[in-house]
Amino acid sequence: MDFTLSDDQRMILELVDEVCEKEFAPKADEISESGEFPSQNVKKLAELDLFGITVPREYGGLGMGYLTWTLIAEKISKACATTGLIFGANLLCTYPLGKYGTEEQKRKFLPPLASGQSLGAFALTEPEAGSDAGNVQTTARKEDGHFVLSGTKIFITNGEVADIYVVIANIDKKSGARGLTAFMVEKGTQGFSFGQHFSKMGLTALPNVELIFNDCRIPDSNLLFKERRGFKVAMRTFAAGRIGVGIGALGVAEAAFEKARVYSRERVQFGRTISSFQAVQHMLADMATKIEAARYLLYRAAWYLDRGEAFEKLASMGKLYASEAAMEITTKAVQVFGGYGYTKDYPVERYMREAKLFEIIEGTSEIQRGIIASLVLKEK
Amino acid sequence: MDIVVCIKQVPDTEELPHIRVNPETNTLVRESVKGIINPFDENAIEEALRLREAKGGRVTVVSMGPPQAKEALRKALAMGADQAILISDSSFAGSDTLATSYTLAMGIRKIGKFDLLLLGKQAIDGDTAQVGPGLAEWLSIPQITYARKIEVNGNQIRAERTLEDAFEMVEVTLPCLATVTKEINIPRYPSLKGLLSAKRKEVLVWGADDLSLDRKRIGLEGSPTQVIKIFTPQPPPKGEILTGEIPEVADRLIEKLRERKIL
Repeated sequence: MDFTLSDDQRMILELVDEVCEKEFAPKADEISESGEFPSQNVKKLAELDLFGITVPREYGGLGMGYLTWTLIAEKISKACATTGLIFGANLLCTYPLGKYGTEEQKRKFLPPLASGQSLGAFALTEPEAGSDAGNVQTTARKEDGHFVLSGTKIFITNGEVADIYVVIANIDKKSGARGLTAFMVEKGTQGFSFGQHFSKMGLTALPNVELIFNDCRIPDSNLLFKERRGFKVAMRTFAAGRIGVGIGALGVAEAAFEKARVYSRERVQFGRTISSFQAVQHMLADMATKIEAARYLLYRAAWYLDRGEAFEKLASMGKLYASEAAMEITTKAVQVFGGYGYTKDYPVERYMREAKLFEIIEGTSEIQRGIIASLVLKEK
Repeated sequence: MDIVVCIKQVPDTEELPHIRVNPETNTLVRESVKGIINPFDENAIEEALRLREAKGGRVTVVSMGPPQAKEALRKALAMGADQAILISDSSFAGSDTLATSYTLAMGIRKIGKFDLLLLGKQAIDGDTAQVGPGLAEWLSIPQITYARKIEVNGNQIRAERTLEDAFEMVEVTLPCLATVTKEINIPRYPSLKGLLSAKRKEVLVWGADDLSLDRKRIGLEGSPTQVIKIFTPQPPPKGEILTGEIPEVADRLIEKLRERKIL
């Protein structure tokens, strides 16, 4: 295994560092307080060509692979988790398109997604279906060269701001998961509208929105992959997306650790810095160790994905481990800050609220354990 | 519209605590200090790119400096400049602003025809603001310093110059030179595509032999300015904090102010 960075990767990461430090990190508190969509950050990501990292060159991207994407997403998430998740949710659209799209679909949708002119989203979750994907109630019925979608999606990241949606609907409800089918739906299509914006505990500026399909007619050509293969599209997309969610959690953990580390060297109690107390030292040691462990699980998953090897188990492990580590690390960071940590004068309470999301989205920790267990039990 | 931008690589001021002066040679210790494009020059590059986007043409970026200044030129290429030229030769070492502006002027003559020559208002290391005006004199073209806004109409340029407590509107016929302030724009970041393609572009290097130069006007010989001493300023002495009851502290304060003849 070799994670040596190429000159190109190093150069790109240096630029990303500069942008994160100067543009994203200073605004993260304000974004969280106002809850306003950070459109300026998204514009910056677009101007820098960052949305096109994994998109092949022939479709206007940079064709650089998922490990590079992961390294970039880690930095963005450390500076601003909201921006990191917007960046990540876009991948849930470009990834299945690149993998399952027809040539015509790729030519149409990938270039605007790569340039950031359009933003992408992925929609499976419904009031009655998330972990239980087979229970999707949104239906798609065939009608003279079209599919007609009806139903409601909830919590959809990048909802309303996104222009291109991968939507999972059922063409044959009595078949359950075997009826699921994936479609490309563009914002502005008649019968497609937006409902509730969910108000959340953290990541308040990240759009999580209700999508409403009311006899929404889309042409046959917007079928993604094959009829009845939507479950496969969704599961593969989630598997890749877990690397993105894991790396988002890791970014939050890194930010919290960094703040706690620096603060512990400044804060004086009993006449010495709290970093001189073994109790604090052990917390910092555990935090640093878990960050490294999460990092290499996720890097390795991305590396396997780039090499075309089975990456699903590693992606689940990375997502599970990084999100639980982030919850623990951000909680401990608040502890290191003591009373100040509980106030809004320091960002660590925000990190703690943000961390919780990662244990839930893209498959809860319980679902991840189920996936990992089933994969290890299948091994010879 | 063909635009030439002159840029300088300067030490990153964020690394200021690490910047040292060698007391024997009176020069900056540049090793291990990260070089960046002089921030005002980034504004000049940005303005050139915007004018090119509006009017077409080419943007050529020129720098005079040691070989490592290529890095600054590469960043300019990544931002979108069409061509980059480094003017570099050991015989240019020790140039003051007069010799620098002369050498740059000879380089710009070699480039040939241009409509507009842009620079930052000054470099953040030397802070002289002399190279721009010097260049305009060597090239016998009009100059607009401290421009905060530039508009080009046909062969006319109209600019707003920043003065102490007002601004001045001037109109000049091209070709001319302008130096810009940071108010003029917000420089873009290079895009990743720009960054990767800049790596493959060549930076031309011109030495003394490539230019038609009067050898007496370059390097130390061509530099009438002599630096007598450069030194790291001593940090100001620490303030004194008086503690105790307010009336007593007030008395002691008055006493101290009298001692120093402030009262």
